[in-house]
Amino acid sequence: MIAEIGQISLILALCTCVLMLITPILYTQFQNGIWLRLSRPLAVNHLLLILTSFICLTVCFLIDDFSVRYVAQNSNTLLPLVYKVSAVWGAHEGSLLLWMLVLGGWTAGVAFLGSKISAKFRSHMLSVLAIISLGFLLFLIFTSNPFERILPIAPEEGGDLNPLLQDFGLIIHPPLLYMGYVGLAVPFAFAIAVLISGTMEKEYIAWCRPWINIAWAFLTAGITLGSWWAYYELGWGGWWFWDPVENASLMPWLIATALMHSSSVTEKKGTIVTWTILLSIAAFSLSLLGTFLVRSGVLTSVHAFATDPERGVFLLVMLALFVGGSLFLFAFKGHKLASNQNANGWTRELLLVINNMLLVSMTIIVLIGTLYPLVSDILNLGKISVGPPYFDFFFVPTTVALAIFMGMSASSRWSTSNLSESMKRVILPLVICLISSIFVVFAIEAFSRNYSFSWSALITFIAVLWIFLTLIEDIHLKLRTKMVGVIKNKSFLGMTVAHCGLAILILGVGLSSAYSTQEDLRMKPGSSTYISGYRFNFRELNEIEGPNYSASQGVFDIYVGDNLRGSVAPEKRRYFSGRDVMTEAGIRTNLLKDIYISLGEPINNNEWSVRLYVKPMVRFIWIGGFLIAVGGIIASFNRRKS
Amino acid sequence: MKKILLSAPIIFFLLTLGFLYRGLENDPKHLPSALIGKNIPTFELRTLDAENVLTQEQLLGQPFLLNVWATWCYACRIEHPMLVELSKRGVKIIGLNYKDKESLAGDWLDDKGDPYIFSIFDPDGKLGFDLGVYGAPETYLVDAYGIIMHKRVGVLDERIWQNEFKDKYYALENAIK
Repeated sequence: MIAEIGQISLILALCTCVLMLITPILYTQFQNGIWLRLSRPLAVNHLLLILTSFICLTVCFLIDDFSVRYVAQNSNTLLPLVYKVSAVWGAHEGSLLLWMLVLGGWTAGVAFLGSKISAKFRSHMLSVLAIISLGFLLFLIFTSNPFERILPIAPEEGGDLNPLLQDFGLIIHPPLLYMGYVGLAVPFAFAIAVLISGTMEKEYIAWCRPWINIAWAFLTAGITLGSWWAYYELGWGGWWFWDPVENASLMPWLIATALMHSSSVTEKKGTIVTWTILLSIAAFSLSLLGTFLVRSGVLTSVHAFATDPERGVFLLVMLALFVGGSLFLFAFKGHKLASNQNANGWTRELLLVINNMLLVSMTIIVLIGTLYPLVSDILNLGKISVGPPYFDFFFVPTTVALAIFMGMSASSRWSTSNLSESMKRVILPLVICLISSIFVVFAIEAFSRNYSFSWSALITFIAVLWIFLTLIEDIHLKLRTKMVGVIKNKSFLGMTVAHCGLAILILGVGLSSAYSTQEDLRMKPGSSTYISGYRFNFRELNEIEGPNYSASQGVFDIYVGDNLRGSVAPEKRRYFSGRDVMTEAGIRTNLLKDIYISLGEPINNNEWSVRLYVKPMVRFIWIGGFLIAVGGIIASFNRRKS
Repeated sequence: MKKILLSAPIIFFLLTLGFLYRGLENDPKHLPSALIGKNIPTFELRTLDAENVLTQEQLLGQPFLLNVWATWCYACRIEHPMLVELSKRGVKIIGLNYKDKESLAGDWLDDKGDPYIFSIFDPDGKLGFDLGVYGAPETYLVDAYGIIMHKRVGVLDERIWQNEFKDKYYALENAIK
């Protein structure tokens, strides 16, 4: 019965969408304001119906209703309660329902927080959001129904939630990521509404910017968390794999980053309006492309989602309609948007346009790398796989360039073009940064037996110090010239936090790749090994029982000299349902260094293959990522003078 | 001029869309190989950890699985335990180490167990190219005369082994007895 309520709610939500979609048309037809006022209650209704449906599915999981196929496939009676809840979005159907719930939330947000924009403009935006919702509800109901029953005889016991996903990370990773992905629908709807109306008011883009920031911040947090989760859960010691599914989330993030910067130029100077609109469309289009790539099975990926040609075709049709439709609109109406003339010379606008060019190039690099195997296959150019070397080759120089221009932008001004003044301001930071980077890298080599000279570490230090020092120089100048107001501005604060976050992220990526040590060894209980100044003693091997798995657990003691510094206990888990074996890495961390041990396979006579890593600074990657997200949130609370 | 510029995104998108549509038809997991029913391509490559040169001749005499793998391949890690399990069951598997570094590949096998009779080392992807490798992992069923009988792109798991490979493999094995 509960499943049926959920099903009916979905269908009613679909009807609400249709109504929301046609309100602007009815308004134009009858010129009666009642139609515009209707969009708010409709948006709330839409959200409540999807929420009901979502709660129904959750209840089905909680009461172990295995007559519902989706529940039977992804849960069983032994599954701990918290994972029964998170299993709701653990597979295709339920995660789409979560996607819908998030879209419902954003739509209601636009309906109620849109007081600065005209009712007509808002109803256009809501209408666009309703079309998206309509498409995905049809997709959900017709190809991926989570409430489908197994009739007449329900199974006694269910399958299991993928053990990889039985983890704290899964509980919050998809909701965060979806908040970001789907949040990009708001600037998308905004862009369409602007194209329809043919003008962009300055207040409107100012209204839209916090939405971009918040969606972007969620996306940042979601990607960061996903990376952290992959690191501790997959047991391979890496934090980013250039997997198509990861790329699918990185592309909208890069474009949304470009959009944040371009929209600031558009708000402040009224320039590059068309470009900002294009980026708004592109960001959400890439979200949709990501959904398509992940859900259609066009590309092979470790994220082994169910693939189904029918779903692929449906998604492709939606992609064609949404993206194709909006880009057609852009091609035909884009020229109507008026832009102020660009100021010439060395201005902040110019630097932000360069930033945009770099970010868009990075997106294209990822897009090509992700789709190339597909394209070359179809064009018979040979079957080529693209791996990490390709991405590293292009990403390292573009990131360094991004860091350089980021530093330059701190010392630049809006509109006034004065290259020599900017150059004067950056000389001191540049000199300090070069000297201290060289000093630090050689000091590391001289004072540590474990680390040798590394070019990538040197470049990392230069890039990071450059970002920090130019920021400090800028704050110093503002304090001295009594521009304290600017510093207290949340927009400036958010930017500073996010830029520091990026610097910390770069530090983590650069130094962990330059100074990490990895050893793959055979070890048996009682044996010891020396790596990177540590002695690892494989103390014992235990067999332990978890709630729904049994595991072999190795206990390793870590010594420096004769002092015990701690123990870690990596596990090899065997889940009862299914025959999945999972690696649970043992990690001991302080802020500066991770010791990471994962158990491989038993070899013989009690011997195990063991993988030991000493990874300095790897934590900084995620700390940096979260700071970037926090910066985005802070900036979105900026109060604008009206 | 501006109009042409503004139309560029839609043209780019339609092109991409075309590829995505074709990609949907050629779902890589069901991509039939043009080589099915034909001999495995000729090659001269050495095996991992050995200097002697190997040719296709030396593969003949018994049916085997040819598994394309690499240490950079993310899905191969998931697949590997299944291959180890199959080799314990007595299934003969030959590896094709595809576009990889030899030291990394050696470490990988030491770490995870070596299910392969041996692994052909193909750092430039020559044999992989001739075989039409789409991306690792891929698994081919080859009979005692070197004829490719079946191909699977993607992770080989218990279900796929049971449904697609097992009966064919044991039929081929019985045929030569």
